[in-house]
Amino acid sequence: MILLDRVSKTYNRKGATALERISLHIEQKEFVIIVGASGAGKSTLLKLLTREEKPTTGKIIVGGIDYEHLHDRDVPKLRRKIGVVFQDFKLLPNKNVYENVAFALEIIGISSKEIKHTVPRVLDIVGLKGKEKSMPQELSGGERQRVAIARAIVRQPKILIADEPTGNLDPKHAWDVIRVLEKINKYGTTVLLTTHNQDIVNKLKRRVITIADGKVASDHASGEYTL
Amino acid sequence: MKSRKFVMFGRIIKGGAVNFLRNAWLSIAAMAVMVVTLSIVLFSFISNATLTNTIQDIRDRIDVSVFLIDEITQEQREDLMSQLKEIDNVRAIEYVSKDQALADYVELNKDNIDLQLAISQTDNPLPASLRLKLVNPDIIDELKGFLDQPDIKKFQSDETSYSGDRKEAIDKIAGATTFIRQAGIVGVVIFAAISVLIIFNTIQMAIFNRRDELSIMRLLGASRWYIRGPFLVESLLIGVLAALISVGLCKAIFTIASETLGASSFGLLDIAYSSRFFADNFWPILGIQLGLGMFIAVTSSFIATQRYLRLSKA
Repeated sequence: MILLDRVSKTYNRKGATALERISLHIEQKEFVIIVGASGAGKSTLLKLLTREEKPTTGKIIVGGIDYEHLHDRDVPKLRRKIGVVFQDFKLLPNKNVYENVAFALEIIGISSKEIKHTVPRVLDIVGLKGKEKSMPQELSGGERQRVAIARAIVRQPKILIADEPTGNLDPKHAWDVIRVLEKINKYGTTVLLTTHNQDIVNKLKRRVITIADGKVASDHASGEYTL
Repeated sequence: MKSRKFVMFGRIIKGGAVNFLRNAWLSIAAMAVMVVTLSIVLFSFISNATLTNTIQDIRDRIDVSVFLIDEITQEQREDLMSQLKEIDNVRAIEYVSKDQALADYVELNKDNIDLQLAISQTDNPLPASLRLKLVNPDIIDELKGFLDQPDIKKFQSDETSYSGDRKEAIDKIAGATTFIRQAGIVGVVIFAAISVLIIFNTIQMAIFNRRDELSIMRLLGASRWYIRGPFLVESLLIGVLAALISVGLCKAIFTIASETLGASSFGLLDIAYSSRFFADNFWPILGIQLGLGMFIAVTSSFIATQRYLRLSKA
């Protein structure tokens, strides 16, 4: 599903190497946790996957698409296959819950009829049934993050990237979000989760990849938080 | 897939209209400048056509009068006329008899009693003449050469009148026309540049106001055209409305000028002709204004969105 072959990324302006010869292979339907200290290169890794950044060297293949041959104009098509959830939610403040989720479908030309059919089902999956009309600022952090997850999965992506989705949440809400991610993974979506939360990492008993100084420091099938 | 494109097209149009309303004040400001630009274009266009027409009109009235001696026989006169017809530059010849000349003179000076008295006290002193209309009044050398031949000269009672003073006036008007035309072009260029800058800034501002939404759109995989489209539609609306307003304004001005003021001319400008020209060419004029308005608007917002898309690596 995701293949990185000796991928390096150097930021010219800073002259710093963010990633150094990273090689990874992630299978379909896997649930992978990526841990690492701030500045270790986690975010750069995710940005390479969503093509917000291009690698300096190395090969990236996601869902059969070789990024080397990916033209700029085809980047939107790639992003439609990858759902992304951010630490700061990135919801539109002037749209309600329903509209925020529907937005992801509107921009790719899904008909209003289909949107009306799909959005409530997805809100049900993330446990937000009945909150359709709420505005983001009326929701708790955990609820907001679940809106963001609903928006990310409403197009049924093969891959869901969650970049520290629990970073701003208290433990109870953090676990709500993790449970939703596990549910989505069970339905067949590959999930990539980055987190600093030791408790979550240790209790999930999933594959853990530790990044340190731009390199893969460890990669365990049922790993623990070792930083 | 086709229906999906159709749905997106509809959403782009709607998005543009919403942008336009959300940005109302900026849109109106941009539109106002655009109206000025398009009105200058329209004014230059119409005044140019009108002045060209006026000059043509005056040129048509230029004639050369060949005055004949009283003793010339009808045969000699007809012979002279047929020789003159041979000259390429001569378009038409009209014979004005002594009686006709007197009648014309009386008519022309009907308000001047002294002149009328003077002429009635003597026998008709006015010569008969041949009035020539020329194809091109600027080229008279050939005609002059012909009339100056001794064989021809002997039939002439007076120096030929080449409407010299009138030609001078025409040259002056032609000079003014050229000046107005050039000033029009300079004005159009300056205001077009200002319009482009203002619309460019309006769209930049609209992009800035919506930057969070746009970056989310990008991350969710909205296509470049879906992001850019609403801004192009917004500027298109500015261009179209400005064109309609400028044409409407022009129509209102003509209506007021001709009906309320009853003015028939404004300086050199023959308002009656301008008004007729505007009415006769209303649809082409509207088309040109719309085309120009849309072109200026879309070009500027295209550059602004291009800049955003490039900087944000969408």
